[in-house]
Amino acid sequence: MIRVAFAAVFALLALPAQAIEIQEVISPGGIEAWLVEDESIPFVALDIQFRGGASLDAEGKRGAVNLMTGLLEEGAAKRNATEFAQAVADLGARLSFDAGDDTVSVGFQSLSENRDEAADLLAEALTQPRFDDDAIERVRAQVQAIIRSEATDPNSIAAKEMAAQAWGDHPYATSVNGTRESVAKLGRQDLVAAKNRVLARDRVVVGAAGDISAEELGLLLDRILGGLPETGTAPLPEDADLQLSGGTTVIDWNSPQTVVAFAGPGLPIDDPDYFAAYVANHILGGGGFSSRLMEEIREKRGLTYGIGTGLATGLYGQTWQGGMAGSNQTTAEAVELIRQEWAKMSEGVTQQELADAKTYLTGEYPLRFDGNGRIASILAGMQLIGLPIDYIDTRNAQVEAVTVEDVTRVAERLLDPEQLRFVLVGQPEGIEPTTADATTN
Amino acid sequence: MRRPAFRPALATALALTTSLAALSARAEMPEGISHFTLPNGLETVVIEDHRAPVVVQMVWYQIGAADEVPGKSGIAHYLEHLMFKGTDKLEAGELSKTVTSNGGSDNAFTSWDYTAYFQRIASDRLPLIMEMEADRMENLSISDDDWKAERQVVLEERAQRVDSDPAALFAEEMNAVVFDNHPYGRPIIGWRDEIAALTREDAIDWYDTHYGPDDAVLILAGDVTPEKARRLAEEYYGDIPAKAEDAPRIRPQEPVKQTARRIEMTDPRVAQPRMTRSTLAPERDPGQQRQAAALTVLADLLGGSTQTSVLGQALVLPGTALWAGASYSGLSLDRTEFTLSLVPSAGVTPEEAEAALDEALATFLEEGPDPADLERVKTRIRAAQIYARDSAHGRAYDYGQGLSTGLTVEDVNDWPDILSAVTAEDIMEVARMVLTDQGSVTGWLLPEAVETAAGAPAAGAPETPANAQEVQP
Repeated sequence: MIRVAFAAVFALLALPAQAIEIQEVISPGGIEAWLVEDESIPFVALDIQFRGGASLDAEGKRGAVNLMTGLLEEGAAKRNATEFAQAVADLGARLSFDAGDDTVSVGFQSLSENRDEAADLLAEALTQPRFDDDAIERVRAQVQAIIRSEATDPNSIAAKEMAAQAWGDHPYATSVNGTRESVAKLGRQDLVAAKNRVLARDRVVVGAAGDISAEELGLLLDRILGGLPETGTAPLPEDADLQLSGGTTVIDWNSPQTVVAFAGPGLPIDDPDYFAAYVANHILGGGGFSSRLMEEIREKRGLTYGIGTGLATGLYGQTWQGGMAGSNQTTAEAVELIRQEWAKMSEGVTQQELADAKTYLTGEYPLRFDGNGRIASILAGMQLIGLPIDYIDTRNAQVEAVTVEDVTRVAERLLDPEQLRFVLVGQPEGIEPTTADATTN
Repeated sequence: MRRPAFRPALATALALTTSLAALSARAEMPEGISHFTLPNGLETVVIEDHRAPVVVQMVWYQIGAADEVPGKSGIAHYLEHLMFKGTDKLEAGELSKTVTSNGGSDNAFTSWDYTAYFQRIASDRLPLIMEMEADRMENLSISDDDWKAERQVVLEERAQRVDSDPAALFAEEMNAVVFDNHPYGRPIIGWRDEIAALTREDAIDWYDTHYGPDDAVLILAGDVTPEKARRLAEEYYGDIPAKAEDAPRIRPQEPVKQTARRIEMTDPRVAQPRMTRSTLAPERDPGQQRQAAALTVLADLLGGSTQTSVLGQALVLPGTALWAGASYSGLSLDRTEFTLSLVPSAGVTPEEAEAALDEALATFLEEGPDPADLERVKTRIRAAQIYARDSAHGRAYDYGQGLSTGLTVEDVNDWPDILSAVTAEDIMEVARMVLTDQGSVTGWLLPEAVETAAGAPAAGAPETPANAQEVQP
């Protein structure tokens, strides 16, 4: 009996992921969302993203959006922090809040049986957060702890230095957490102001997946977001100009290993060369165990446990970057190999490399859609970037269309070892910094 | 501790004391779960989820770092790396390359009790990955060129994940004190000097002795039917002969501890003092999971969420600690540990923070759990069961880890109901067992100069306890 039922389900769903049907939903109150409806598990996942994120911190208030976001689950309306958390737990709901460079993201998962009650709690958190004094001090202390901790973490030190060199006056140049000094000065009014800058209906995108109809979702959206202001009080962030120069920065750090971060210019997802760069990155350092860098530096020489590269496609600025860690004694050799491989990409890739990259990238894509939570995130991400609703159907064809010439062209344009900046945190032997002092720390 | 022969009878007796729900769960498999065993001993679990054309294959070998002999620490994990170095049919690295070029991903991890390999790929490629995984179960071939470079990779892995991280070094030290007789006291990745001395012969010997279908569990999760799973398992794994002898996993056990022990480690790379306190605790055993379930609920009550947990309310909300938690995982072949941790707030000394923790625990032992809190934990457990169905890969871990640590499929199936049946009395029984000085190990990881003045700091949650540690290639 059960077997037969499964066989029928199998026949229906063993279709390519391209068959995923996205519904465009507009709530009675005018809030838009994309939905993939699937009733097989009695819960719904929402991914709610507010554009601008921590990059909307006001002048001199770095860290305000992050601290505000951390306080959204620390009491709302008539409930204090404990009462609010108890109310969420009583429903078996899951709420999450996170501030990033590009967005403030809110995760919502609720059982079908008490979805409206869970939505009401989220609505209170977003529209009537209390920002109680004791909660502010407690979360502030936690943020200060993270800031202090990152100051002694070589990976964070490298990332902060790279961002500082890359992004000048743009918020991307500094951590969303803020600094010890800026966070110490934030007051309740700053948090209220930060909330009004970011949490508004004119900058929200929503992805939804699971056991909910389009009509029900529309009502749920108004329930959760209807009470937010129509517009945010700050304009969306400006684009950032990449100010990275080629060279090597060394930050002394007493450890057996050197953390190696490297970055050069990147490109946005709407750039005509984006898919060529995406394929090139896979061949260079994105493809896990099978990339050129992994082969040369780990597999052949055992110089690192792992090395990878990626296109960092921020909404307001982009780099092509990578990282690894390895012994102080062999860091110089690894850095030289990275430069060589970075340069070699302009000499072209083989037809086999191109074909392998395409089979991976097109084969991997449908595997991403295997759960309500994951689908909701993908739908929100597509809207943030501004991708068309039929993107899922056309995306693999765009990967397939990339030629060896396209890869060479984008490598010549972007993968110039002279423009590559290394930030080394450790005590690498035999490396002369081209920049004597780090800009931070 | 080998399981005594009388265990099944005892299990039946215990089952009678648990709820009717638990009993009825035993009667049938959860929706989408099935299992079978091939004649050569390969137990296979199928977890169906046909929402997307994706499948995960995991092979869990019931062998891990705690099965190593003294002096050869790290061999289980080193062999895990070498399993990617080819067979008679596959070149070194070819398995991963083939998976990748077919759009899939693959990896592996080693723990004290198991070593596991997995691939995630489009479901029409399942035969491809099963053929390759079966091949390396039987025909591993390690060339002279590869074994030394890979040992260097492992040493770099240790340098990156342990030697460069004071918290990881501290966890190793803690572990060595908590388990001073059982091999859980040794690091999974191995001690540096012992890794450096491992040889190709050590690896081949380990493989020949421990890798076979009767020492493994195969999990197929996602877009696959039980019929297809069985057909493919028979086709690819069915002809691999069982290992001749199946040595029981008998390891030296921890003696009863008489004292409370303390360690302290200072490192300039530490931003902020943090404390960990561990006591030995029973693990989940077949048919005997009641105490482990009570310990799981106890950890959630004490340290679950800052705003609602016992320690959160007693230490974090009033500003004594920045963070406080409790953790326990019963998925362990032998006795495991129950762990408390805390990070003091700025201006609070380690002594003051620890005294506040002791006071909160004493109060809890006196008053017991708040009924509403207990009810909330149950609600969360019930909801978690529904959310868990969103990830076939996650459920594959539940079964793989369970079956690699001595449990049966039925034990894994029963677990949520056993958790739901935990009473306040069960919780107090295990609380008195683990919240005690005797046998506890308290460790402090401190910055070089303890300045608890302005804005002292620190990372968020401390790492999960050592028994959850996994090491990937």
